[in-house]
Amino acid sequence: MDHPFPHSSLNRIGSSRSKASGRNSIDGSDSSGAIANLGNLAFSVEGSRLSASTRQRYGSRGARSDGFASQKEISDEDARLIYINNPEKTNKKFEFTGNSIRTAKYSILTFLPRNLFEQFHRVAYIYFLVIAILNQLPQLAVFGRAASILPLAFVLLVTAIKDAYEDWRRHRSDRIENNRMATVMLNGHFQSKKWKNIQVGEIIKVCANETLPCDMVLLSTSDPTGVAYVQTINLDGESNLKTRYAKQETLSRMPEKEGIEGLIKCEHPNRNIYGFMANMDIDGKRFSLGPSNIILRGCEIKNTAWAVGVAVYTGQETKVMLNNSGAPSKRSRLETHMNREIVLLSLFLIVLCTIVSTCAGIWLRRHRNELDFMPYYRRKDFSQEKEENYNYYGFVMEIFFTFLMSVIVFQIMIPISLYISMELVRLGQAYFMIQDTWLFDEASNSKFQCRALNINEDLGQIKYIFSDKTGTLTENKMEFQCASIQGVDYNGKKASLGEPDDHPVIVERQVLRPKMKVKTNPELLQVVRSGKKSKEGKHAYDYFLALAACNTIVPIIVETQESGLRLIDYQGESPDEQALVYAAAAYGFVLIERTSGHIIIDVWGDRQRFDVLGLHEFDSDRKRMSVIVGCPDKSVKVFVKGADSSMFSVVDKSLNSDVIRATETHLHDYSSLGLRTLVVGMRELSSLEFEEWQSAYEKANNSLMGRASLLRAVAVNVESNLSILGVSAIEDKLQQGVPEAIESLRQAGIKVWVLTGDKQETAISIGYSCKLLTSDMTQIIINSNSKESCRKSLEDAKTMVKKITALSASALRIPVALIIDGTSLVYILETELENKLFELATACSVVLCCRVAPLQKAGIVALIKNRTDDMTLAIGDGANDVSMIQMADVGIGISGQEGRQAVMASDFAMGQFRFLVPLLLVHGHWNYQRMGYMILYNFYRNAIFVLVLFWYVLYTAFSLTTAINEWSSVLYSVIYTSVPTIVVGVLDKDLGRRTLLKYPQLYGAGHRQECYNSKLFWLTMVDTVWQSAVIFYIPYLAYRHGTVDGSSMGDLWTLAVVILVNIHLAMDVIRWTWLTHAAIWGSIVATFVCVIIIDAIPQLTGYWAIFHLASSGLFWANLLAILVTAMVPRFLVKVFNQHVRPGDVQIAREAEKFGNSTGYSALDVEMNTISEPPQER
Amino acid sequence: MLISVIFIPIGVASLLASRDVVEIVDRYETDCIPANYTGDELSFIQDPSSNKTCSRTLTVPKHMKQPIYVYYQLDNFYQNHRRYVKSRNDKQLRSADNANSTSGCDPEDRANGSPIVPCGLIAWSLFNDTYNFSLNNEALTVNTSGISWKSDRDKKFGDNVYPRNFQNGTLIGGKRLDPSRPLSEQEDLIVWMRTAALPTFRKLYGKIEVDLEANSTISVTLENNYNTYSFGGKKKLVLSTTRWLGGKNDFLGIAYLTVGGLCFFLAMAFIVVYLVKPRQLGDPSYLSWNRSPSGH
Repeated sequence: MDHPFPHSSLNRIGSSRSKASGRNSIDGSDSSGAIANLGNLAFSVEGSRLSASTRQRYGSRGARSDGFASQKEISDEDARLIYINNPEKTNKKFEFTGNSIRTAKYSILTFLPRNLFEQFHRVAYIYFLVIAILNQLPQLAVFGRAASILPLAFVLLVTAIKDAYEDWRRHRSDRIENNRMATVMLNGHFQSKKWKNIQVGEIIKVCANETLPCDMVLLSTSDPTGVAYVQTINLDGESNLKTRYAKQETLSRMPEKEGIEGLIKCEHPNRNIYGFMANMDIDGKRFSLGPSNIILRGCEIKNTAWAVGVAVYTGQETKVMLNNSGAPSKRSRLETHMNREIVLLSLFLIVLCTIVSTCAGIWLRRHRNELDFMPYYRRKDFSQEKEENYNYYGFVMEIFFTFLMSVIVFQIMIPISLYISMELVRLGQAYFMIQDTWLFDEASNSKFQCRALNINEDLGQIKYIFSDKTGTLTENKMEFQCASIQGVDYNGKKASLGEPDDHPVIVERQVLRPKMKVKTNPELLQVVRSGKKSKEGKHAYDYFLALAACNTIVPIIVETQESGLRLIDYQGESPDEQALVYAAAAYGFVLIERTSGHIIIDVWGDRQRFDVLGLHEFDSDRKRMSVIVGCPDKSVKVFVKGADSSMFSVVDKSLNSDVIRATETHLHDYSSLGLRTLVVGMRELSSLEFEEWQSAYEKANNSLMGRASLLRAVAVNVESNLSILGVSAIEDKLQQGVPEAIESLRQAGIKVWVLTGDKQETAISIGYSCKLLTSDMTQIIINSNSKESCRKSLEDAKTMVKKITALSASALRIPVALIIDGTSLVYILETELENKLFELATACSVVLCCRVAPLQKAGIVALIKNRTDDMTLAIGDGANDVSMIQMADVGIGISGQEGRQAVMASDFAMGQFRFLVPLLLVHGHWNYQRMGYMILYNFYRNAIFVLVLFWYVLYTAFSLTTAINEWSSVLYSVIYTSVPTIVVGVLDKDLGRRTLLKYPQLYGAGHRQECYNSKLFWLTMVDTVWQSAVIFYIPYLAYRHGTVDGSSMGDLWTLAVVILVNIHLAMDVIRWTWLTHAAIWGSIVATFVCVIIIDAIPQLTGYWAIFHLASSGLFWANLLAILVTAMVPRFLVKVFNQHVRPGDVQIAREAEKFGNSTGYSALDVEMNTISEPPQER
Repeated sequence: MLISVIFIPIGVASLLASRDVVEIVDRYETDCIPANYTGDELSFIQDPSSNKTCSRTLTVPKHMKQPIYVYYQLDNFYQNHRRYVKSRNDKQLRSADNANSTSGCDPEDRANGSPIVPCGLIAWSLFNDTYNFSLNNEALTVNTSGISWKSDRDKKFGDNVYPRNFQNGTLIGGKRLDPSRPLSEQEDLIVWMRTAALPTFRKLYGKIEVDLEANSTISVTLENNYNTYSFGGKKKLVLSTTRWLGGKNDFLGIAYLTVGGLCFFLAMAFIVVYLVKPRQLGDPSYLSWNRSPSGH
């Protein structure tokens, strides 16, 4: 199979880090497909055509068929033809877009219709619109026109204003972007031109630190070898430099002088950042172009004085614009449950309406002979000559109209304001999460980010955590630890921080020093210092030369404030490589300069130039990289480094079996220490071999068809019969607080699974060091190479687990750990074995998957997600975690060393793994509790109002009169009761942070769905019916046979409802802040004020009613009786539960309140390790 | 406990207040039908020529202190019916300039081609029974001014709006208004237009401003004009004194006593439960994972 990116500098070069394997996989033959998918998956976030097809496939085998990496010659139909420096001809036939971009959604004309269209995508809005329209029909007009439209109009208007403002900002930034200036070749000279006027085919010159205006193919650069360095931070967030090359054939051309003509045939615009296929015809010669020949819009040119290129994709067709899409939208579990209850409420609404219309029908039937003259009905209109029915449409229609009218009257049964309140609450919760100092990473100065705003409460119900290892559990700051050179172990135990001026590198009287200091082993340093004289010295020389040469690191010289001192910053895509080069520098092999043709290495003060004759980049099939170097002494050497598994197969076994054996032992030692190992090998090429290789290399490089496979064949050919130089071991340090965090999460009842690309030994040792695995665990390891053996080992494992659980049922439980590798997963995922794996894995307390490919990670997440109702969370930092982050219910990205792809795809992003603990245990718990309560409360709040209306309707001959003023009913959910729920939803805390961290088990409240479930819903509804009945019937009975008028009664009911729901809320608030007080009591006051204002309008029937009402003692006596009577059952149940059947949360709250301090000292210790500033809010 | 302490006294007080109120209720709509019209009440009431006068005697059970409120009570009259409550025009009532605004008033918006003032079903169906009281053959004056809300007289019903074209349609709904007096002075209309909340309601007719001795007999001469027979409504004449809680209604007092008593009982029950089976608040050993022996 061909590799899709023949020259992709994006593949991490030369490390066995399968981690680096953002685009790497275990199952060799298929990996490139997986890589290609991933590259795409990462950036086609919103379910594009490509990702839609890839998402379904998780086994890495399946990935093969995604054929966009095909090697077919680009046929004319699906190619775009670009005539270099001839925009007229280029644009004649095809209508390529201009370079102006447009991120704004609306124009002035389209704003209103489009915005409204988008807003009405919400079903709830449509429901309200329909009701508002119904209300406009004269037969159905329950409310006045204004009152019926106002709430919907208000919501629409607010959203529209928000959208308009955002769009205006986009317009403005578009305008700025479009009017930026670029240097473009016009009539043989470079001239300034606005970005928006750039056309495909034009030649553009970009200088250092300038941003690229469009996607272009490099023609030449200031570097004689045609290298350009670009920073892609705007594109994929990775801050390191990437190398791009101009083709040899165009390098020498100077467009200003001689002009340049040619034809580029390239694929149509697509969103794959890591892919580009094209070929270019210049002077009758044809050669192909790959992703390393193109520089993309949004990138910046660095370390290159200038670069000239030809525009191929412009404006909206550039890759950055095609990738402009947000995070995927997920829906929270709570919201899904809530929708179920909303359906119930609608049924309830329909029942109410049916009751009303049926009763109305019966009433009409019984009074059918009296209707004509009844003073309060008067069916007949006698004022005309002919007696006509007035406003009466027949018996059936009347019933039907009554039904519709009751829908209108009872409309707020469906809590429309709930959606808006939920959004506001989530916004507030997100604010507090972002502001939380516990989630602030000081090391990287990164705040917590909420990228998805609608799944906050899911954080409180997580049952499974799928964690990446490197960069997530570990820091991904690589540090060179040990070296084994020719079977001699130089481990890092005796290491000390080397003196920086040990071996100064002086260039033009300036001291150059590597930016990072590395611990060195004095013994090894001594050996190296001794030069090539001794045998060990010779080996060490080759070893470090290999480390310094065999990579794609770019040294960048950084000025410092100290005069005469400059730092070398090694920029590269792989942290492992950086660590190796820094290590080599510490041992005196300082890489100073790299161009595409040569590198300069300072060896103990002796500057040596090595010609880089060829480079075989890392790929996941070979799992190694090699570089062919022409040494100063005219010898030609191949340096190879790679994963042990791949390296030992190409080692010349005849050379020295002792060394090999010793090396293998060291390898094993290192990896069981949790170190990441690489094997370095070398071979000297004879001139014959070299020529042979060179011709093959050039042939392969210039071939159009299957270049990648040809190159790989060449590489495999030359990477053979190597002599082992040694092994390097790099430590990937555990992040701070990881073991404690994992322990806390485990106590909270969350299962932590680790999915890593690393080797099994490394994974297990990391597992031990982060306390995921403990010595009392029984380990089940599954490494199988076929489906049959997989089946067998799964079955064995299952019986074993059964035995263990049977054994441990009586005594202490023995935890079981499952360790499974990617190769086995290939045979398990997407087959019938999946179920077996699921049963086994859920029975184990720890699952460790090693050597897994990115799509397998997603597959494992899907394994759990599709089979249980439990919430899953995936946390990772690299591009290889993107698929799993998107698959899980909650995806968390670590903004770490490995670029920002994971963050881009995530729902939440944070700096450190240990932040999971406060995030889930504290914020998750709070968010879940608040949101659950808020939803129930909103249901209650609206239902109680509707029921009060309903009771009254029963006493109005079912004619749907509302005693409550229509404005009050409109304002009820807007002003009277909305603010307190939001405030409580944002601010209430059932337990303090300390308690939640002290007892991680409290997190179980979310697992058990304690705050929102059907039982609670029904209880609330029963309570609602009781409370509404109290509100209605106490005044009814008290004022029965009285002189009270409708408006006064309405005012009494309004006030009673509002005060009651607010007191109800107040009773459930646990932590009072001044804001809560202000909101709750303020709402009651606001209601009084509103009622007074409404009753001060003489045009309304209820004029002055409230004043008459309030002056009578009966009113106040009623109010008090209502409030107390309505609350009694609820209060009773609450007290009873608290006393007799207290929940964990309840007890913990009491413990908090009455401060029994016995347990706190232990907590303090734990807390200090988990996070630094104990700050109560 | 606290609730019961507060509630029981309130309950007692309101019950006492309610018991203090002296109330005389006389239902007359069936008795005031002459014997020959029995079974054909509708034709009686609709016949303008029939004699509607009717005499009733009421006995005062207890001493009644002035002011004694005279109410008429209608049963089964849905003044809160949707068709009815909307059938008015507040604009028209406020100012003479808006005499033509009769929207919402149909079917009683115009008669004989010109607008009705006051328009609408409510005004049209104005109650028109009249009561004359006499004590020991001496007429008792019933003061019918000040029975409506002052706010209504001042702001809602204009002092320059005069009834016009009222009750001129084919169907007479109720009382005719004196066209020479402005609406703000027609207090019976103002009271009537404050539509009742419930289908059984009382409306103030007037006040008797002398004390009535116990066992004295009041004779009432009433005009039984108002047609409640078309929908089976009842008519009652009510004389009642008032206390701080309004009229006679035991409900609230009983409610307070019940709730207070219940709370008292429950509080005692809780105290007993607490004494029998105490639980130390916030004891971590009660946490679920500490209780189960195997731990988590």
